[in-house]
Amino acid sequence: MIPAAFEYHRPSEIGAALDLLQTHGDEARVLAGGHSLIPMMKLRMAAIEHLIDLRDIADLRGIHIDGTRIRIGAMVTQAELITHEGLASAAPILREAALQIADPQVRYMGTVGGNVANGDPGNDMPGLMQALGAEFDLAGPSGTRTVAARDFYEAAYMTAREDDEILTAIRFDATTGGFAYEKQKRKIGDYATAAAAVLITRDGDSVATASVAMTNLADTPIWSQAAADALTGTTCDAHAIRAATDAALADIDPTEDNRGPVEFKRHVAGIIISRAIARAWSRA
Amino acid sequence: MNDMTPDRDDRIANLKGMGCARKRVEDVRFTQGKGNYVDDIKLAGMLHGDFVRSPYAHARVKSINAEAALALPGVIAVLTAKDLEPLNLHWMPTLAGDKQMVLADGKVLFQGQEVAFVVAEDRYIAADAVELVEVEYEALPVLTDPFAALESDVVLREDLAGQDSGAHGPRRHHNHIFLWEEGDKDATEQVLDSAEVVAEEMVYYHRTHPCPLETCGSVASMDKVNGKLTLWGTFQAPHVVRTVASLLSGIEEHNIRVVSPDIGGGFGNKVGVYPGYVCSIVASIVTGRPVKWVEDRMENLMATAFARDYWMKGKIAATKDGKITGLWCHVTADHGAFDACADPTKFPAGFFHICTGSYDIPVAYVGVDGVYTNKAPGGVAYRCSFRVTEAAYFIERMIEVLAIELGMDAAELRAKNFIRADQFPYTSALGWEYDSGDYHTAWTKALDAVDYPGLRREQAERVAAFNRGETRKLMGIGLTHFTEIVGAGPVKNCDILGMGMFDSCEIRIHPTGSAIARLGTISQGQGHATTFAQILATEIGIPADSITIEEGDTDTAPYGLGTYGSRSTPVAGAATAMAGRKIRAKAQMIAAYLLEVHDNDVEFDIDRFVVKGAPERFKTMKEIAYAAYNQAIPGLEPGLEAVSYYDPPNMTYPFGAYICVMEVDVDTGEHEIRQFYALDDCGTRINPMVIEGQVHGGLTEALAIAMGQEIAYDDMGNCKTGTLMDFFLPTAWETPHYTTDHTETPSPHHPIGAKGVGESPNVGGVPAFSNAVHDAFRAFGLRQSHMPHDHWRIWKIANQLGLHG
Repeated sequence: MIPAAFEYHRPSEIGAALDLLQTHGDEARVLAGGHSLIPMMKLRMAAIEHLIDLRDIADLRGIHIDGTRIRIGAMVTQAELITHEGLASAAPILREAALQIADPQVRYMGTVGGNVANGDPGNDMPGLMQALGAEFDLAGPSGTRTVAARDFYEAAYMTAREDDEILTAIRFDATTGGFAYEKQKRKIGDYATAAAAVLITRDGDSVATASVAMTNLADTPIWSQAAADALTGTTCDAHAIRAATDAALADIDPTEDNRGPVEFKRHVAGIIISRAIARAWSRA
Repeated sequence: MNDMTPDRDDRIANLKGMGCARKRVEDVRFTQGKGNYVDDIKLAGMLHGDFVRSPYAHARVKSINAEAALALPGVIAVLTAKDLEPLNLHWMPTLAGDKQMVLADGKVLFQGQEVAFVVAEDRYIAADAVELVEVEYEALPVLTDPFAALESDVVLREDLAGQDSGAHGPRRHHNHIFLWEEGDKDATEQVLDSAEVVAEEMVYYHRTHPCPLETCGSVASMDKVNGKLTLWGTFQAPHVVRTVASLLSGIEEHNIRVVSPDIGGGFGNKVGVYPGYVCSIVASIVTGRPVKWVEDRMENLMATAFARDYWMKGKIAATKDGKITGLWCHVTADHGAFDACADPTKFPAGFFHICTGSYDIPVAYVGVDGVYTNKAPGGVAYRCSFRVTEAAYFIERMIEVLAIELGMDAAELRAKNFIRADQFPYTSALGWEYDSGDYHTAWTKALDAVDYPGLRREQAERVAAFNRGETRKLMGIGLTHFTEIVGAGPVKNCDILGMGMFDSCEIRIHPTGSAIARLGTISQGQGHATTFAQILATEIGIPADSITIEEGDTDTAPYGLGTYGSRSTPVAGAATAMAGRKIRAKAQMIAAYLLEVHDNDVEFDIDRFVVKGAPERFKTMKEIAYAAYNQAIPGLEPGLEAVSYYDPPNMTYPFGAYICVMEVDVDTGEHEIRQFYALDDCGTRINPMVIEGQVHGGLTEALAIAMGQEIAYDDMGNCKTGTLMDFFLPTAWETPHYTTDHTETPSPHHPIGAKGVGESPNVGGVPAFSNAVHDAFRAFGLRQSHMPHDHWRIWKIANQLGLHG
């Protein structure tokens, strides 16, 4: 648990950070909260010669709510998501999900940008961002581009972000209607055995819109169009929830680990998805 | 006399003696980060060691090339077995009569085994150099299953070739260590053959790990000028470490000083001797500089001593109306690559034969087969006396299985078979003499406290609601009545490497009436500095706040066997009381002289000696202490000191009744502890607050073990649970509320009647949690399901019982 030697950089401008990435290429990585990268370095599973700490870059901080549009800087911590009052009313699912990430000590360090950019299928924010239909701002040597969260994840630790780009912000619309982030884990600090983010809006007695995404049930987060379709227009009764759950389960591909075998995970995933839908509907 | 009463109460309160919920004096430094642990020790010129460890569970070591590592600036040495061999330190004896490699000698036998020891100027260089040591391995077939190991042609311990006998008798196979037996096998089998009812079950107590917050480590400093070796380390038995270090190194014992500084939890993990200790000593002798070795969390989990791993096949016989007539047990014990169990020498399965538990069982037999596999060595008493938690889990599961077989309530079955209060002292079928107990009283108190009949009614209603489809949660009531055996132990049959398991206390009273007491034990969080001072306060009448308790430095503390197996209070606590009584006897003579009366005309009264019948004539202990140093008293030496070495006449037998009420989610396998009631009887209670803390901590470790904690291996012998992500260590979040209670049945043979409590909650807690899981599914036909009861295993029970539709 002792990392190899590395150079530590702490630029105060995004441009300087991008320059460092350009200069050092494969040997450099940016550091956000460090709760994934530092352990990897200590285990010597990641050999990083140049570590570029983003904490001094003011542009990467702050939660801005402009009408119904929300922008969260990449270096905003999970703790800030939990305590931000404007966010609690504009998109309460963030607070509900962030409270289920790790423990308070980790949440003071862990950032939303690191959580979504690392590409770890166990992280909770990627699935949540897909449910929200969020967009990620990526700054690179040739300017800034935007990638939808639903297009961002390619495989475990593989994303649409190029090596010389930095994820700077997350943008999405304020939510209306019901929401739920349901997560089963073995203990505090654990990744999900199964987790689901659900957003539902209501039109009279029926579902107007729905969005369903899942965490740690494949090598990327899974957003299920079919599950949303199965709910839309229904009264969200037991039959509809069963159909949506079946649709969602058709999209996942969990693997066996110490949490249990695939058969167990699929079963639990079904329970978690159904509960998330029912709870979101009860709040819609 | 009435006007004396408040004065007496004040004097008693001022002592903070036995029975007082005195706040722990240690906590001031611990809660302020001012503890002094091994890794806090920094010496001038100190070097740092780190291990190259085997990635294979079983492999031949073809070559070790340290050239690149040695070329790294700052690297001082790379030690291998070849370097240790001339010193005869490439292997070392284990506590269990086996031997174990210090560094890989030709082959490796478990993943994480120590292969080479790198010594460097700083910790970072050492870690870099570990990466540069090139080791060529040739993988060999791996044995992780003890039953398969006893059938396999694969020879794990080639060093034992041709040895058909070990430290504990014949070996019938090259992977067999011993067969240890107790009880009357023939008589037991006859009872089983003719019994009206026999319940049979395989009960597995899985492999887990004590996982103390502080990992293991040592700092060795060889002073080549005066020839003295000082060794600081995470030692639960520092005096034994000194003796072993002397025997291994040839350095005379007076030239070795072993110090256990503050220890961040032991739980049995820090009883044994690890290769890191030996390598730090050798490296310091070779380099002439202090050498520190501190392992990290993964090394601690993968390579230091595990606990449990007992496959316990049981048969229990009874009459149709539930009177137990016999108990038979055969254990297949997975000891890993070396037999490094930490048990008293003559007991290769520890005190497992306490497995008749709290019950009056006329005849019993136990056989334990020790087996080598490609797993880490160990087999330590993780917060229990030697193999007692395995024994308690076994009998408390067998009772539940018998209750199912009989169609009987498990609480009633227990009550029907308890040893009665009038049967103590009670000699069990497996040879133990239980000192005291009143199980029926404790059991009734526990059942009443939780409204047991009400719980059973609620459970029946829940099952009905479940069957109607109204709920997906079941309710389990986990019952346990355990009897421990602690306080090892009588020198006539208990020793560690030949050292009798007595313990000691040495007291010096200072002229102004305060005191220091030194003991042969060592606190790892138990609060000895708090509680031993309370014993003394009551015994010698000096306030606990004026008594310093010191342990752990072999240059100053009297010889003792250390702290594990809940032995500190039963053994060192007794030594403390006995040494205190020697102080008091001399104080009586001094008081009589000062009061100008005969010795027999004064009597001890809280904090003073008074003239019998004339309480206004007295000398306080403070006055007596001063007189001991400034008066020439005819016939008495100056000073006021005493030492006692206490050889306990018997073990002590704490017991308790625990009840756990649990909700389990049939669909997700999650659980919730709704209620946990713990009644402990540890004899005389020294500090109720410390006892409550011990019970809370032990129950939480029991929760961990029962509900998720394990050391698991894949078929290749890779440890799958080497980090705290996968190894369950509960936080406040997972820890339920506990209700504690007690009865008080003093030990008749202990000077103050105390029995020890630190380990009871783990011994009783594990079956209580596990029985609750089993009980939740009893109505649906569950008999036995192995721990740990994590989400997927509980889910699997429900799934196999067809509860998922």
